[in-house]
Amino acid sequence: MIRDQEFLKDIASYCIENSKKLGATDVGVKVIHSVSENVSFRNKKLDESNRADSFAVNLTTYIEKKKSSINSSDLSKSNLEKLIERCIDATKITPSDENNSLPDKDLMSKEIRDLNLYDETHYPNDKKIEFLKKVEEIASTDEKIVNTEAGFTENKNNFILANSNGFLSGYKTSNFSSSCVAVSKINGAMERDYEFGSTRFLQDMMKPEEIGKIAADKAIKKLGPKKIKSEKIGVIFDKRISKGILSTLASAISASAIARGTSFLKDQINSEVFPNSIDIIDDPKIEKGLGSQNFDSEGVETNSLKLVENGILKNYLIDTYYGKKLNLKSNGRSGGTTNLYFENGDLSFKDLLNLEKKFLYITETIGHGGNIITGDYSVGASGFMVEDGELTYPVSEITIAGNFKEMFKNITLANDLEMKYSTNSPTLLINQMTVAGK
Amino acid sequence: MSNFFKDTDIDTSQAEAIVTETLKNCDDGELYLENHKSESIVLDDNKIKSSTYNSDQGYGFRAVTGEVVAYTHSNDISKESLRKSSENLKDTLKSKKGTYNHEIPKTNSKYYENINPIESKTFDSKIDLLNSVNNYLRSKGSIVNQVTANFLGEHKSIEIIRSDNQVLKDDRPLVRFNVSVVLEKNGKKETGVYGVGGRQSYDDYLKDGSWKDVCDEAFRIANVNLESKPAPAGEMKVVLGPGWPAILIHEAIGHGLEGDFNRKKTSAFYNLMGQQVASEGVTIVDDGTLHQRRGSLTIDDEGTPTENTVLIENGILKNYMQDRLNARLMGTKSTGSGRRESYKHVVLPRMRNTMMLSGKYSQDEMINSVDKGIFAVSFGGGQVDITSGKFVFNCTEAYEINNGKIGSPIKGATLIGDGPSILKEVSLVGNDMKLDPGIGTCGKAGQGVPVGVAQPSILINKMTVGGTKL
Repeated sequence: MIRDQEFLKDIASYCIENSKKLGATDVGVKVIHSVSENVSFRNKKLDESNRADSFAVNLTTYIEKKKSSINSSDLSKSNLEKLIERCIDATKITPSDENNSLPDKDLMSKEIRDLNLYDETHYPNDKKIEFLKKVEEIASTDEKIVNTEAGFTENKNNFILANSNGFLSGYKTSNFSSSCVAVSKINGAMERDYEFGSTRFLQDMMKPEEIGKIAADKAIKKLGPKKIKSEKIGVIFDKRISKGILSTLASAISASAIARGTSFLKDQINSEVFPNSIDIIDDPKIEKGLGSQNFDSEGVETNSLKLVENGILKNYLIDTYYGKKLNLKSNGRSGGTTNLYFENGDLSFKDLLNLEKKFLYITETIGHGGNIITGDYSVGASGFMVEDGELTYPVSEITIAGNFKEMFKNITLANDLEMKYSTNSPTLLINQMTVAGK
Repeated sequence: MSNFFKDTDIDTSQAEAIVTETLKNCDDGELYLENHKSESIVLDDNKIKSSTYNSDQGYGFRAVTGEVVAYTHSNDISKESLRKSSENLKDTLKSKKGTYNHEIPKTNSKYYENINPIESKTFDSKIDLLNSVNNYLRSKGSIVNQVTANFLGEHKSIEIIRSDNQVLKDDRPLVRFNVSVVLEKNGKKETGVYGVGGRQSYDDYLKDGSWKDVCDEAFRIANVNLESKPAPAGEMKVVLGPGWPAILIHEAIGHGLEGDFNRKKTSAFYNLMGQQVASEGVTIVDDGTLHQRRGSLTIDDEGTPTENTVLIENGILKNYMQDRLNARLMGTKSTGSGRRESYKHVVLPRMRNTMMLSGKYSQDEMINSVDKGIFAVSFGGGQVDITSGKFVFNCTEAYEINNGKIGSPIKGATLIGDGPSILKEVSLVGNDMKLDPGIGTCGKAGQGVPVGVAQPSILINKMTVGGTKL
């Protein structure tokens, strides 16, 4: 069972009081309890069952402008006492930094709105097992599927965030997720693909049959890929990966990257970064949203932000520390974005595929080939050729490369946005990238 | 005597009794206890950005029968918590019946000392050194735009209690010191990163001003990249430098030779045992026994002593890397490759220090033999799709080769290849094998573990380079 707010509040208050007693001028603390249960299946048999029960306390103490932190999983007061002492000792001898401080009091979250982030339903392991049996049964229908794996995870979390300015708040969240990985085989060569669903509420979970079918269909479609010739071509990003473009944007407009001067978007605020048809929104207050939150990791109130409006970069993602460096107020983005998405474009998926005679359609990228400082981008990729609007054959062992500055300016969006992850994008076309193959 | 039950309501013999009772109808399993202390001190943007100390303790209780793994973990080392975990494990495996395998090899070898690196260097002297790094690099001129340096140190004590009171212990130090520098010239910015580390104290890596060598190397790489031009796109010859570029070996074939993927037949290598998978001069081992190396372990996380496992010998596939579960199901022995990130994670077969051994050619011979290609000296990270065998890695320092001569530096590009066929494309193996500086972390199924790699220079006949220039 997940521990209640009172239990967590007691520990948080203990940490704050003891830190102050030992000389801390300011204190911030987070206490978390999470319980997670996971069952996984492989080839229609139980493979693994895993139960986790975890506590964590994260404490930061300040002495004027000096700061140090400790983290621990042992919530016993005897352990915390020792660690608080250690933290204070380290704080005393850590050099000052004029930007170290708790957030401004008037920016703190004042009230908790129920965003419908907690479903108390417990899904017992034998139900999870039934669910997974159905997933795998469908996934392994076709004889080309030679291996299936499926998993179901249920997570319950409760936390308290507190600081010595009197902030003390937290709430429960839950998460249910299910996945299926299917391996297909033809002529000795194998391909792997997957489907994945994640929701706050059990009742919103995809049907098991749907998860199994999508994973298997995708794995079969990938069989017998060709390596194509190197060329410049328009590249369409499937929804599973187009959201990565938004993650790159988020890294590049974080106050830390801007303040440190290590972003390819430095000095681009109020400039046109995307085509003027593009709006990008980060909204923390979506009911049941996977990225939803009442306040950020410092307790600062978070509200919906238009990061990009008509193609123009309007906001950075600002926390307290780097905000001070930039002379800007925190906008509640300590810890990053919340529910981040592109507003839909004008074209249907089908119309997008028909914009040119030939495209490369990418369903998966591998590697970490994005450089936030220069904007250079180069990753391994696989997907399909699109000819006259139809996916004609699978493609693999190629790379796609470009520079984000150029890529951003050449984006065309479809109108098929779905809120499936915390970061979401419609299908996205980037006109002209370099593909390296044969 | 165990330290884990001090200040708890349970003693070692009671814990042993619960373990024995829980596992009596199982094929394998153990209670794994872990105490992990770590610190991170970061200098960034001329300031000590953060200093953090982490203290984590807990247990992972595992029961295995047939192919099924039941696992629970908790921070709460108490009678009540262990009992509940025991019930949970027995419930999961209630329909199964196994026979416990008591056999586990013993070792007297030790590959590192039991020191706590966090305590063996004072906090003050760490802060001083980080400030010296900052001053030293910034004194190199106004092109230095940003300096980040950090200490990461840890000490992990583990204890494994197996059925019938078998207890195995290990104490593991680990440090890493990292420097990253951003240079700016004519409006162009580039980064250089370098680091060192292993299972010793910080000072073993930093004494006699050797921290300056780390700074100089990061500075040199950034400087080279300031002059870089767009990388070529397409298939060409690639010469890899010695040392860290061996992450190609790690990604391209290492993961594919881990026991679990082969038992499950999801690895592109699963039916290639005993076959030629590499050119004749290629021998690759995975060695957990190198003294004080980042990937070394005295015993693995199931208690099996590590060893030097030959994976590929003169091009022939010889062995997979095994933990106890996969070894049992494949009718072979554990190679001491059972690893987990922490008590929160299940054991998986993993790499330790993966090394391609030296051949007879010089690096110059390789470069001279290339008309058009690239010379890759250092890499960022890599990734592999085990099933299709396709893998990538990102160059962080590379040059073009024209008519047998090294030319201009080129921008970071991804290289992509096919695991089962890439080693057949290795046409020359160098005589200059080198270990990496001790900075690698391998990710698998959401678990990160420290690893090492090594290789000599090699010439690959054909690989796809993912640049922008056609």
